[in-house]
Amino acid sequence: MTDRLRGKSAIVGTGHAGFGEAHGLSAYDVMAQSALAALDDAGLRLSDVDGLFCTMMEDSMPSLMAAEYLGIQPRFIDGTMTGGSSFVNYLTSATMALDAGLCDVALIVYGSNQRTASGKLVTASRPPAYEAPYNPRYPISAYAMAAARHMHEYGTTREQLADVAVSARAWARHNPEAFERGPLTREDVLGARMVGDPLTVRDCCLVTDGGGAIVMVRADRARDFPKAPVYVLGSAAASSHRQISQMKDFTVTAARESGQRAFAAAGVAPGDIQVVELYDAFTINTILFLEDLGFCAKGEGGALVEGGHIAPDGILPVNTNGGGLSCVHPGMYGIFTVIEAARQIRGDAPGMQLNNIDLALAHGNGGVLSSQVTAILGSQNTL
Amino acid sequence: MPDATGPDQIFQRALANGEILLPKCNDCGAYHFFPRVLCPHCHGAAISWERATGAGSVHTTTIVRRKPERGGDYNVCMVELEEGVRMMSRVEGISPENVVIDMAVTAFVGEAEGAPAVLFKPAEA
Repeated sequence: MTDRLRGKSAIVGTGHAGFGEAHGLSAYDVMAQSALAALDDAGLRLSDVDGLFCTMMEDSMPSLMAAEYLGIQPRFIDGTMTGGSSFVNYLTSATMALDAGLCDVALIVYGSNQRTASGKLVTASRPPAYEAPYNPRYPISAYAMAAARHMHEYGTTREQLADVAVSARAWARHNPEAFERGPLTREDVLGARMVGDPLTVRDCCLVTDGGGAIVMVRADRARDFPKAPVYVLGSAAASSHRQISQMKDFTVTAARESGQRAFAAAGVAPGDIQVVELYDAFTINTILFLEDLGFCAKGEGGALVEGGHIAPDGILPVNTNGGGLSCVHPGMYGIFTVIEAARQIRGDAPGMQLNNIDLALAHGNGGVLSSQVTAILGSQNTL
Repeated sequence: MPDATGPDQIFQRALANGEILLPKCNDCGAYHFFPRVLCPHCHGAAISWERATGAGSVHTTTIVRRKPERGGDYNVCMVELEEGVRMMSRVEGISPENVVIDMAVTAFVGEAEGAPAVLFKPAEA
């Protein structure tokens, strides 16, 4: 997105369903419940939706499956699959489609039942041919190797990684929607079962069910809905590889490029951002993305997350719902970064609501640090 | 694969013969891996194959933790070859805990999942 599209679209509804365990429900059931929740939030109906932005984990044509299930015949469909970042990426294509008049009501939606269906990551992806013989455990081995290299180059410690999980849990403890709300200490994380050195099971995101949905319209009618509109000020994508073995620098992600372009489109800088929602599939993600998005210099992410700096009452609010580490992680988490950012701006966050939030950043990650998409959202005051 | 012409086939046939061949661009001279029909650096389509020296170093590494009854822990790592390409593999002959970043390793053709594969062992000092 360029600055020409700044503020041209707005989120007027958000919804979710099936958090935790959605017993007896299929992924598409959870998707549909999420869609209904978001449309209800916006005061709209499924019959109003003429733009669908959707991908799922289990099919090769999930957007068609979703449209069929929902009983809608969208004028515009984007099912671009860049992993968990897809749903942040749809903010760009939905804005373009709305601005061009290709649709009037855009529904971004996702659902998964991976916890009750299998208890592990469900994916239609095939193992990469030149990696599969060595039996890496996907996706953790990829992130573990990024963490190991970051520790090697910058002296990042396992304690600092652990503090990311501890901070996420501290936010989640305020959030009744979060799946894990019990106390969690640095020692708990360090002492948990090692699954892929240097990451323990507590450095890894949850495996839950859940779905999310977002309703968007053109900015010129965004104030005609029940909830305060949240404007898309800038969004941008960048990708560097698909397979972890093709990642050029294990300590630098394409979030550097996506962030720069999103900030340029929005006309703001990292220092202006009041709340940050990052795709924290693993604790190393939060450190990498804070660095690459410009909240600190490369190599200083460990120090930034140490202690309670990104926890409630810290210096930078990060993942205020508890993130993928403690709130919800149904295979792909990206849509929840946008939903939590929007709710913080609207003032109806489910957990700890921060005061007077006008500017928030949502960042999605896809694949194995492969696709990075950054979005900057703002209140009416930021137009 | 006597008539192997595709890049994957050429690589696999060499492995079956105990050789590690790497694709190299005739235009820019850079190696790449995995094998492709074009050079991902300059996009030239004239690719030749060179025998790898086998010298490399561990760029990053992890231990996949697995219950002993299922075979126990094992190493997965990224090795940077002298030719400038990286590949996923594992270092054999030492315990996974002793595989460390920057250690010098030497490639050999072993077996993984029942097929010939590039594996590594610690380089001799």
